[in-house]
Amino acid sequence: MAVLNEEQEMLRDMAREWAVNESPVTEFRKVRASGEPEAFNRDAYATMAEMGWAGVIIPEEHGGSDFGFMSAGLVVEELGKTLTASPLVMNTVAASAIVLGGSDEQKAKWLPKLASGEAIATIAVDEGATHDPSKIETSVSGGKLSGTKAFVHEAHGADLFVVAAKDGLYLVEKGDGVSLATRKLTDQRSHADVTFDGAAADKLANGGDSLLDDVLDRARVLTAAEMLGMAQQVFDDTLAYLKQRVQFNQVLASFQALQHRMADLFADLAQMRSAVEAGLQAVDGGFGVARAATIAKAEANRVMHTMANEGIQLHGGIGMTDEYDVGFYLKRARVLEQSFGSSSYLKDRFAKLSSY
Amino acid sequence: MATQLEPATQTDEDAFRAEVQQFLADNFPEELKGTNNALSGVDGPTNETPAQKKWREAMGARGWGTPTWPKEYGGGGLTKAQAKILEQEMGKAGAYNPIAGMGVMMFGPTLLEYGSEEQKKEHIPPITRGEIRWCQGYSEPNAGSDLANLQTFAEDKGDHYLVNGQKTWTSGGQWADKCFAIVRTDKSDKHKGISFMLIDMDSPGVEVRPITMISGTSPFCETFFTDVKVPKENLVGEEGQGWTIGKRLLQHERTNISGGGSLARLMGQSLGEIAKKYQPTGDDGELADAVLRDKIADFEIRWNSFLLTARRAVEESKAQGGVSEISSVLKKLGTKLSQERSELLIEIRGLQGLGWEGDGFRDSELEAVRGWLFGKATTIYGGSTEIQNNIIAKRVLGMLDHQ
Repeated sequence: MAVLNEEQEMLRDMAREWAVNESPVTEFRKVRASGEPEAFNRDAYATMAEMGWAGVIIPEEHGGSDFGFMSAGLVVEELGKTLTASPLVMNTVAASAIVLGGSDEQKAKWLPKLASGEAIATIAVDEGATHDPSKIETSVSGGKLSGTKAFVHEAHGADLFVVAAKDGLYLVEKGDGVSLATRKLTDQRSHADVTFDGAAADKLANGGDSLLDDVLDRARVLTAAEMLGMAQQVFDDTLAYLKQRVQFNQVLASFQALQHRMADLFADLAQMRSAVEAGLQAVDGGFGVARAATIAKAEANRVMHTMANEGIQLHGGIGMTDEYDVGFYLKRARVLEQSFGSSSYLKDRFAKLSSY
Repeated sequence: MATQLEPATQTDEDAFRAEVQQFLADNFPEELKGTNNALSGVDGPTNETPAQKKWREAMGARGWGTPTWPKEYGGGGLTKAQAKILEQEMGKAGAYNPIAGMGVMMFGPTLLEYGSEEQKKEHIPPITRGEIRWCQGYSEPNAGSDLANLQTFAEDKGDHYLVNGQKTWTSGGQWADKCFAIVRTDKSDKHKGISFMLIDMDSPGVEVRPITMISGTSPFCETFFTDVKVPKENLVGEEGQGWTIGKRLLQHERTNISGGGSLARLMGQSLGEIAKKYQPTGDDGELADAVLRDKIADFEIRWNSFLLTARRAVEESKAQGGVSEISSVLKKLGTKLSQERSELLIEIRGLQGLGWEGDGFRDSELEAVRGWLFGKATTIYGGSTEIQNNIIAKRVLGMLDHQ
């Protein structure tokens, strides 16, 4: 765990307490059972926004607290532990696009609403099932944006889309010219293909050529933070299970074959935490962001992948049941692993950044 | 110059820095600039050049090779801040620390903690001057990972012990003057029957046979003790305290093996950069072999997160004022990654990366081959990876027989 300042410790403790008491995995089960495509609890999200979590990276003049990405990551990690379904991550990433690339008018119009929870935003970048921001066909002509975005996270609850077009990022409000086709993924969260057909678009004109990359790097580190919380929880739950499950008249924790697997997972988790925290801190420091974010998401992918699989295996048969939580982590893990950069995409990016 | 008791001020630090610079200008031979300590570690005989000898003696006289050790035993008596300045200035001057080896890394700190006043006065000063080389009498043929199973026996003969038995993996045994050893003084108790004692390697009855390793070098020895007389004053601590003292010494050893800093220096050059010299690249400057490129990136990402983990362990330890929980994983991770890097380096170089000797190979290539082979030892010595896993599972994760 990175060394935190007092504000960050308070924020993390508050998030931890709320997640454990008000948003345990049973709340996610309720969301799933409701069958609503937007797949989150509006009242819960309103409470989160009231506590300031939707505005952690938004400047104070626009209604946020400007605590930065490390702080946002602490909240997201705690919510990841209990699989809290909410648009918080995507809203934060979309808000960062406006902070980095928006005009004064665009900031004044949207950021206070995104910070207060009055409006929700998400980003729409990829046009295929595999993350690849170099393949964008969406275009804008005469202020009208057209194209189809695939598997947009939190699309159903979004009032505002930050859309990647060939020539930059645009703000598009839901409404005329915007239609959603729900895509049910294994994590039972909100995903949709979003078709923009001549929708009114307002360009994010600042932020330079690297704006899309900068926004995606923020998506990577924050997604990695959610995965970190999930991996930590799977590890903790698995360890607790091994300590109480008895076979052959012994607790499973006494078997060396299992002890060594847990030691490996513990080491992996340490690597993941270091990489994710460094990624969040790099965004706040504004130095070496692309590299740090690539490492953060690549390590999150690698460790979360193994952790979810080992979590199931080490739980044995009970881990295969819907009644038990560990399977939810596996399913959400794979969706996040394929979002904003699979392992192969990120390794290629790392090699490019290192000029080989 | 500031003493340890006075709070250092900027002026004191500047004055000390100037003192160090002057000392280096006066004493560090230009011809040694950028070279390494010929006597470092355990892997060579003692044959110093006159310049090396002059430099060792100069540093030894100041105690600056062991900068934070107490002055009364020949150390530098410096504060941590001053030691840092010394290190920085030596770095700038391209000067190595000529005072090294097991005495400095492991035995000295342990003796300072557990030794008697007489023992410290006798043994610490020669270490600070780099005059005496120590070796470690720990492992035995039947006491490797199960170290406490050691059988070398020291029989009480009144004013001395009579030692019989065999040690193995004695690093640098053939070049050492003295040996710090754990031996059995009581056969009835596995752990409490162990004592820590100091043995002269030139005592009658000590025989050393170097073991040739797969890397072609012989840094380790078998050491046989046959009716070796060890004076009673060479017992460190009490009889039966050897396991406690011996484990403390191993903590110093592990810190040295896993130290992220030295590994970082060792593994500083990007494998991608090396690969571009050996492997074809496309018009875009990328390695043409996409599979190899992927392997390299995969490794380097994990290597980076290891460095971040080592840094985090240091930061957490400072903030908590104790050892970070994740320190336990550093040896396991660092040694494995280091081995993986050596394997990848071979794949990058092909058969050119497997040279044993000859003009057809660069020094860097030959060194890498020996390093690859010798590196297999890192996951075995200092507590094997399996032992580290036991420690993590039991002590950190609390996975015990009965919950």
